[in-house]
Amino acid sequence: MYFLKRIAFIVPLLLLISFLAFLLLKLAPGGPFDQERAPASEAIRKNIEAKYHLNEPTWKQYLRYLGLMWERDVASGELQRVNGGLIVGDFGPSYKYRDHSVNDIIAQALPVSLTLGLLAFVFVQCVGIPLGFYTAVRRGQLGDHVGSFFAVLVVCIPALVVAPVLITLFAIKWQWFPPALWGTPWHVVLPVVALGLFFAGKVARLMREGLLNTLQSEFITTARAKGLSEAKILWKHAFRLAVLPVVSYSGPLLADLLTGSFVVEAAFQIPGIGVFMVNSMLNRDYPMTVGLVILYAVLLLVLNLVVDFSYSLLDPRVRYD
Amino acid sequence: MKCSVHALFQLKRAFCFLSSRRTQAGRLSVLLLWLGFAGCTAQIPKADLTVLNGPDPQSLDPHIVTGQADMRVVLSLFEGLTRFNPVNSDPDPAIAERWHISPDAKVYTFYLRTNACWSNGEPITAEDFLFSWRRLLDPKTAADYANQLFYVRNGEKFYHGKIADEKQLGLKALDAHTLQVELENPTPFFLQLCSTHALAVVPGRFIGQQGDKWLRQPNFPCSGAYQLEFQRLSDRIRVRKNPHYWDAANVTLETVDLVSCTSPTTAMNLYKTGRADVIWDKFLVPVELADVLRHGPDFHGYDFLATEFMRFNVTRGPLTNPLVRRAFVQAVDKRRIVERITRGGERVATHLTPTGIEHYRPPQGLGYDPNAARQSLEQAGYPGGKGFPRLQYLYNTTPGNERVAVELQAMWRNELGVEVELQQAEWKVYLDLQSKGNYDLSRGSWVGDYKDPNTFLDLFTSHNGNNRTGWSNARYDALLSKANQERDPGVREKLLQEAETLLVRDEVPLLPIYIYRGQLFFDDNKWEGIHGNLIDEHPLSAIRRKGEPQAKR
Repeated sequence: MYFLKRIAFIVPLLLLISFLAFLLLKLAPGGPFDQERAPASEAIRKNIEAKYHLNEPTWKQYLRYLGLMWERDVASGELQRVNGGLIVGDFGPSYKYRDHSVNDIIAQALPVSLTLGLLAFVFVQCVGIPLGFYTAVRRGQLGDHVGSFFAVLVVCIPALVVAPVLITLFAIKWQWFPPALWGTPWHVVLPVVALGLFFAGKVARLMREGLLNTLQSEFITTARAKGLSEAKILWKHAFRLAVLPVVSYSGPLLADLLTGSFVVEAAFQIPGIGVFMVNSMLNRDYPMTVGLVILYAVLLLVLNLVVDFSYSLLDPRVRYD
Repeated sequence: MKCSVHALFQLKRAFCFLSSRRTQAGRLSVLLLWLGFAGCTAQIPKADLTVLNGPDPQSLDPHIVTGQADMRVVLSLFEGLTRFNPVNSDPDPAIAERWHISPDAKVYTFYLRTNACWSNGEPITAEDFLFSWRRLLDPKTAADYANQLFYVRNGEKFYHGKIADEKQLGLKALDAHTLQVELENPTPFFLQLCSTHALAVVPGRFIGQQGDKWLRQPNFPCSGAYQLEFQRLSDRIRVRKNPHYWDAANVTLETVDLVSCTSPTTAMNLYKTGRADVIWDKFLVPVELADVLRHGPDFHGYDFLATEFMRFNVTRGPLTNPLVRRAFVQAVDKRRIVERITRGGERVATHLTPTGIEHYRPPQGLGYDPNAARQSLEQAGYPGGKGFPRLQYLYNTTPGNERVAVELQAMWRNELGVEVELQQAEWKVYLDLQSKGNYDLSRGSWVGDYKDPNTFLDLFTSHNGNNRTGWSNARYDALLSKANQERDPGVREKLLQEAETLLVRDEVPLLPIYIYRGQLFFDDNKWEGIHGNLIDEHPLSAIRRKGEPQAKR
């Protein structure tokens, strides 16, 4: 019941979000068709605005965007619903990419961001968990100091700095990987590292704390008393419990990574959603921005729902009525 | 209900199974990795030539695009009656093999090539041109460049709906391969206009069938040297040689990538690591490194038609007085700006029209003269800048613009004792403020569309949407209009010079700062056929790898 309510709540929430996005964009000065080279006559500008219905009042534009508007057909005189609209899943035309609809652009850019995000997620887990595990086991020794220092270091340095450093070293100096663009597995490596390092550091620290806490539990002492080998204690008993904080952190993390990162996408010139999001706002490409905002909202709402749901599965103490 | 509980139980088991087993987690991540790699778009073979083109094109429609990067893509796909010569950007015969100009220079008769074909093999006819040019003038197309055809008889009236009958336009197809164009006035640069993207020919029948989405159809017919292979937004446009192009025998590159790139650093990284062959957008050259890069062997600098200037809003306070404007102009030492800030070899300008245009020598405007500047300000009633209100200087946010703004601010403060505030704005806000006249002083620039002073001087006529200064001068308008009806180049030059003198010496609604310098990066041991020219157009059809003189097929 709780989840049904949550799902039912998504629709009005999305409406509200789309309305706010639409309104806020309209408030920003400048329009999608303002250019350095102004049309030589006012008539040209008016024609462009009329073509995209920008000459209508904002509420009318919003209804048109939703697809909840009826117009009299010029030829037959019948009242007809305007084509497209949000209610049929059509985000409308892009003002900046005049040959493409927003749906076209999402279809091109979303897989790129998903790929990058998913690989970064794998990278985060593959680096963070072993690092945290290792530093916990080697607690107080040199390995712990070095590993923990590294984990703190990457948490402190934002992707904005990591990306250019990676490019300078691995793409320019040693030329192991391409400095930018997208297309082959080689193109993926540096962006994934740049995007994932920060989160890997976080995961490592979570894992270390988790394992250290677990190793002080009574059942571990019991296991040791039983004479189990240290490896077996660590892997079979301690790890399973220690990884739980990482699991609960992973849900929001995945949502974060999948929705694209403007910084990393811009640094590596990757045609992902993040770049389109920021540029569409700068271009005043209203349908594109609103469309992407809705997409983000859906992804975040759904992933949060999934995370909450998975808690109830993993932990019997958590129950939703 | 029972069923769903069971399903949940199953899900829970699956989840526990996956998360608890180390090996399974490993397998899962391998699977994810594999999925990820598969998700990366399929690998594509390298193109024969990779060009860093600049921002992503707005469209591929010749009647829609306005940006220079867009035009370069569009001109590889669509061609008009003439095309830009790669060396000097003069109009060369293209789809029109030859033409005849009437003695009064008002009627042009174009004879089209019989072997000019669309990329699907169908012939390009005079009717196609009628369709294309009417489409450009059709208000429904909402083309920014519609005014390029206002020179044609009744073109402007047709655009404004004062004439509905397209037969009254000065366009006529005498037969399938003969096009007659009647102009309002003898327009000396009309053949140049025919080379531009706006006047290129588009496939009428195909557009009729496909409607607005014609450019999204695979294999849409192209009239240029190349056809579209694919377009990946914010990544690249791959074009492939058009086998039916009339000059296909001289086109040597089979595939070309036009890569979208807006970051100068990324552009330089791609170029220096050999992943791009050519950079042909001056905004892709990092300003910080301009000094160093300018002396490298791959750098090719050249003059082209573009001016950086500053607009005065002549409707505001003290700026209504030409003496004040003159003081602001003469207080600026432009040499400091080009030598210390832009550093790309730009030339200081005192006039709006760049030098290098045939039959035109721009008049000298007001130079750097701080004493005269102070005197002018004193005459205007502000000795030593006393009592002068605080003005704002508007510019769009880029590091280069900011440095110029700070320098200008300092010069006005030191020379005139006048305080100017800096107001930076994001691009669209900047354009909005400027076009609505909500500014005092504002940076601006202009790139010429064709090699004639008119492309610059036209800006400051009273009704031009790009004027934006509020300055309106009947004599200026009359001089330009008279010049454009004049057929004798010598007389025309005098008229235009007289007009420009008004602009840069007497009335000064603008402060010219410098003439841009075109910048190209490519290895001339490897590539030939790329030349710097005044229009800054570098047709792909002329580019070839060195030592590969013959066409491949």
